[in-house]
Amino acid sequence: MIDQISKYPALENIFSSLQSVFKDSIIEGRFEKEELSVKVKKESILLILKFLRDEKGFNALSDMIGLDNSSVNKEGQKRFSVLYQLYRFPGFERIRIVIDVDENDPVDSAYPVYKSADWAEREIFDMFGINFSGHPNLRRIYMPDNFDGYPLRKDFPLEGRQ
Amino acid sequence: MDSKFLEINMGPQHPSTHGVLNLKLSLDNEVVVKVEPNLGYLHRGMEKLWENRTYAQVVPFTDRLDYFCAISNNLGYVLAVEKLMGLEIPKRAQYIRVILTEIQRIVNHIGWLGFVTNDAGAYYTINFYTFEEREEYLEIFEEYVGARLTINAIRIGGVPFDIDDKLISMIEKALVETEKKIKDIDKIVTRNRIWLHRTKGVGVFSAEDAVQFGLTGPALRASGVKWDIRKDIPYSSYDEFDFDVPTGTAGDIYDRYLVRVEEIKQSMRIIRQAIKNLPSGEIAAKVPKVLKIPEGEIFHSIEAPKGELGFYIKSNGTDKPERVKMKSPSFINMQSLESMCKGNMLADVVVILGSLDVLLGEIDK
Amino acid sequence: MADIIEKQPFVLARLDELITWGQKNSIWPFGSGLACCAIEMISTLMARYDISRFGMEVMRPSPRQADLFIVAGTVTKKMAPVVRRLWEQMPDPKWVVAMGNCAISGGPFPTYAVLQGVDKILPVDVYISGCPPTPQGLLHGLLMLRDKVGREHPTKEIFSVHDRPNK
Repeated sequence: MIDQISKYPALENIFSSLQSVFKDSIIEGRFEKEELSVKVKKESILLILKFLRDEKGFNALSDMIGLDNSSVNKEGQKRFSVLYQLYRFPGFERIRIVIDVDENDPVDSAYPVYKSADWAEREIFDMFGINFSGHPNLRRIYMPDNFDGYPLRKDFPLEGRQ
Repeated sequence: MDSKFLEINMGPQHPSTHGVLNLKLSLDNEVVVKVEPNLGYLHRGMEKLWENRTYAQVVPFTDRLDYFCAISNNLGYVLAVEKLMGLEIPKRAQYIRVILTEIQRIVNHIGWLGFVTNDAGAYYTINFYTFEEREEYLEIFEEYVGARLTINAIRIGGVPFDIDDKLISMIEKALVETEKKIKDIDKIVTRNRIWLHRTKGVGVFSAEDAVQFGLTGPALRASGVKWDIRKDIPYSSYDEFDFDVPTGTAGDIYDRYLVRVEEIKQSMRIIRQAIKNLPSGEIAAKVPKVLKIPEGEIFHSIEAPKGELGFYIKSNGTDKPERVKMKSPSFINMQSLESMCKGNMLADVVVILGSLDVLLGEIDK
Repeated sequence: MADIIEKQPFVLARLDELITWGQKNSIWPFGSGLACCAIEMISTLMARYDISRFGMEVMRPSPRQADLFIVAGTVTKKMAPVVRRLWEQMPDPKWVVAMGNCAISGGPFPTYAVLQGVDKILPVDVYISGCPPTPQGLLHGLLMLRDKVGREHPTKEIFSVHDRPNK
């Protein structure tokens, strides 16, 4: 899939420079439906985001997405994923950075790099129970503070626990 | 709790919080020191619900996210699904979608105009004008699909109905009316001294801050950043239309007002072009009754009236999505509220909140 | 006495009817919008549907000045205590209208976060279905409420303390 990227020189440039700078941290790169998605190691996420912002001009974090992979039957698949949806303008390229996270395994907060990560991380904490170390104010954002469970986990029933 | 400052609660029941929102404000006399929004009073668990519904069943739920511009939400979700399927949409359907979403943009901006002047102190005066204008367009929606507010007028694959000459004449009539109404409102508002005092230099946000906070939509453009997804990453044949992207310079409330009024005019331009060049042909592509999408993921975003509206969809080969995440413009825009309010007066908080055009339905999901 | 009757005009009425006649023609709704239905509620206020034909245009932002609670929208479990408290703050006599399917039964959201019907926490007088109800629908419901108010016996409440709803 990744070979189709050659049609998009800007994205190809980003991917190759990511590969050369963070040789050991890049797990895989995928290019599907005109979207570049790069899976990286959890430990180096902050460095990669900083690199993308300062060197490659990705000036905005559009969204952060949490995923529960418990229905995926794959060897060595960790329980959760966190996706960072970045874009830059002018130029208008998008890139998706993916990290895999285990339960009770804190992730470095992206707040020092992108301020818009503040509420996005709180939302993921509220819905999945993923901890972000270094976040200034990590509380539940939607559910009340005394709420039990994390709604978007696959083992949480739709009607809630009574 | 710092005893030096006065702490007050605004909401969740407050006439100008644009929904059920709770703001914890810390005040030094009348100057705002800290704003802490408390969300979740309208959290309905939409994303969990979508994992238990089929792809087509999700579309009506998107109406209820941003209920002031339902069609834009439909379009955002449907385009993401179509891109995931690799579906080609007939040209006529794309043009009808453009007409509908641009009407929705006019409806949203004109309604916003009424609410924000309401917040600034013109208690329901402008609102009466704008809601009457809004009704003209709601009648068009009622003629088209039979509903007024939560319209659900876009389906996966195309649009449910064709538009006929009667509808086109209704749209053209409404556009002429809007032009008049915009002139009227312009006379009342634009050079009104109270409005100028309440908005000029209030809630200022620089372009760098706006980008750093991920601000999108008219609020970003008012800060001077020219970024409109319709222009820069075109979808639904927007590249075939000729329109301008208005930007402001100061990044204050007044500029946000000017940008939105200009956007109404540009939307009218787009609608007129779309009606003039409406291609003939099918209005929907062939979509199987039971829609199963092979494994994959997509993030697609559109320029909704409130900002960048994105949908992330992960499919798992069944008829139900594995995960649908909505990137709502209001959620991201609202984060900048504290920085905008700091140092302003208490009474300005209401107007700044109004000027961001947030809606709790899509913040809380 | 005869003198007064001859000189000054007067009306004979049942006290109940007189009171309810006044109540039903000047209901002050509480302007509390929760979700989508709030937009249709505002539309009903505006010029085209003109709720003031029925003496209801005085939308009060404070519950202490209102006597009709239109629950317009989804009541979530986080919002439910607030809604209950707002209703408790309203002075008697008061009425509740559940506007829209969410307020009636949770509507399309059978989830962990949504209260399945506002009648679990408030006594509802009129249910108006729709998602959201059109302004015509809301007006129809409010006219039904007027009829209901007209059939009530407020004097019974005045003279017997035990029947008061909040006791």
